[in-house]
Amino acid sequence: MATIEQPPVATGPEQAVVTNGRWAGYARLLQMRMLELWREPEVIFWVFVFPLLLALGLGIAFREKPPDVTPVAVVAGWKANEVVALLQRSHEHASIRAEVLSAAAALDGFRLGKYALVVSMDDAGVHYRYDPARPESVLARTQVNDALEDAAGRKNPIPTASTASSEPGARYIDFLIPGLLGMNLMNSGMWGVGFALVEMRQRKLLKRFVATPMRRSDFLLALVSSRLALMLIEVALLLVFGVLVFHVRVEGSVASILLIGALGAVSFGGVGLLTASRAQKIESVSGLINLVMMPMWIFSGVFFSYERFPKVFLPAIRALPLTALNDALRAIILQGDSLTSQLGRIAVLAIWGGVSFVLALRWFRWS
Amino acid sequence: MLQRMRFGCPSRSTPVRYDLNVSVAVQCQGLRKTYDGKVEAVRGLDLEIFTGECFGLLGPNGAGKTTTIEILEGLLEPTSGEVEVLGRNWQTHARELREWLGISLQETRLSEKLTVRETLQLFSSFYQHPTPVNVVLEELSLQEKADSLVGKLSGGQKQRLAVATALVANPKILFLDEPTTGLDPQSRRQLWDIVRQFQKRNGTVLLTTHYMDEAERLCDRLAIIDHGQIIAAGTPSELIERLTGHHIVEFAVSDRPANNGDAWSKLPGVQSVRVEDGLFSLRVNEPHETIPALLAEVQEQRAHLVHLTTRQASLEDVFVQLTGRHLREE
Repeated sequence: MATIEQPPVATGPEQAVVTNGRWAGYARLLQMRMLELWREPEVIFWVFVFPLLLALGLGIAFREKPPDVTPVAVVAGWKANEVVALLQRSHEHASIRAEVLSAAAALDGFRLGKYALVVSMDDAGVHYRYDPARPESVLARTQVNDALEDAAGRKNPIPTASTASSEPGARYIDFLIPGLLGMNLMNSGMWGVGFALVEMRQRKLLKRFVATPMRRSDFLLALVSSRLALMLIEVALLLVFGVLVFHVRVEGSVASILLIGALGAVSFGGVGLLTASRAQKIESVSGLINLVMMPMWIFSGVFFSYERFPKVFLPAIRALPLTALNDALRAIILQGDSLTSQLGRIAVLAIWGGVSFVLALRWFRWS
Repeated sequence: MLQRMRFGCPSRSTPVRYDLNVSVAVQCQGLRKTYDGKVEAVRGLDLEIFTGECFGLLGPNGAGKTTTIEILEGLLEPTSGEVEVLGRNWQTHARELREWLGISLQETRLSEKLTVRETLQLFSSFYQHPTPVNVVLEELSLQEKADSLVGKLSGGQKQRLAVATALVANPKILFLDEPTTGLDPQSRRQLWDIVRQFQKRNGTVLLTTHYMDEAERLCDRLAIIDHGQIIAAGTPSELIERLTGHHIVEFAVSDRPANNGDAWSKLPGVQSVRVEDGLFSLRVNEPHETIPALLAEVQEQRAHLVHLTTRQASLEDVFVQLTGRHLREE
């Protein structure tokens, strides 16, 4: 059509108007996104409460127990008191509890599992009755034998010393907290972006939005910003919880942790965006999200070290975004490493986020 | 088949586009939309909607109304054809046009966790010069519900909110896709009032509906769409007059189950006869001439009249006349 001149624009209804600035749409989108999240009790639970419960549960399950005391029955009779005295003098005196009993009572107690070992004496020397099927019984025999021989004056050819280690920084909970942090950033990024978008698409809300002059970039930016705001709260909650409840020591700088957290949140936001770029129904996107996250739950070292997997898998495992995020968080939180030492992992995260974002924008369906 | 009609003021021979008195708000020519290369949703559609009028697209479900309105709204690309809205087209002036249009889509479910006011604040923030939220709340009688969550609204209130999100844009043209579907009569009337108010302020309205009474009462002009084509267009009264005559006489007789209707078509003033489930519908111009003759004929055939009504013809009759089907038939 040849346009000679623009026809006069029809006059619209005359009414009082207000004037909006460039960022009015973005600000409102962000505000409403945060309001919606805040009013969704499930979101509060899964994003904030669930990781804390998980940390609490696993932290308690794998907490440091007081050293085990081995209960031992000593059959009353010849030299029984001597044996008990030897045990009490030995270096193992704190971890062996010896009781002197009649032979019958000792055997009964052993059978019921009350004692791990029955010690009796005769002319030939000391006799141990143990159950090879019970690990603590096997352990008790070695422990008591060693204690007796040592206390009786055995000369050890090599002097040895041991230190029990359950210091903060090397415990399971220390390993766990950064892993949970990473997993939580993945979960909330994938669900918070992916699921939310498909739900809006299914409701035809995305289509309604693009029927307005709303800038599409503002919309996506607001979504990412809301992720970052949540990330701050998620990281702070879990770290403070770890420090207060389990005395986790944060060695690295808080700024570095937050920067890595932000990168993780944005990167998984990108992956979530890609996952949700075309799906029409929340059922289908739920499946997709789980499909994407499942390998990382298993391989990325959230709950246990991925070094246990065969060596050929390790390069692939390290290329996963959650592995990079977990490793970087552990290095900074537990070892106090600097950001510059984590450039490789930062690159992995950036590439995942960047590539996902670009592909998502190309394939994204607004309706 | 009926010829497709071109709109325009019948009294003018020159194109009305650049006329100073009657400017065209929306115009499309040869609009076609084919989905996946197979389904032809719209098959060659011409429309001209004037500034300040309320124009209706009337048709049964699946006639292509939504596809048409979404192409005009710039949400769908036509397979072929030209669209011009306020003298601009979507390829070059999308952003500008978005500022000028207020749109209510079919079946949008707004966020349930936001309040009415928050929803309107959100939508108003997208426009450079929106109508203040309070003004819209008042106009749509939503003040009392302003701080209720959208999830707690009734169907009618939700629909009013959907129209409010369109009005908050301070639009020049309002596009409403089936705004009253599924609403109770009172809510429908409320929405009609809203549309009329907007029109009073010189706003242009394009709406789709499959309620003929809605089209009849609300629209200045309308186009009846079936199978992706316009089968008739004009003002509601024009259409009724042109296509059906003014009145419909309906009656049923006993004892004559196999009547073929021949006898009735010869009665004075009868333009056509339809039989449906034993009920005869005569299109007539002057009922007072036809009815006495009808009664005499019944007597002559020794039949008994079991039912007789006469009523003004409606758009429904127009549709039935044109397609042989009812509007609401699935």
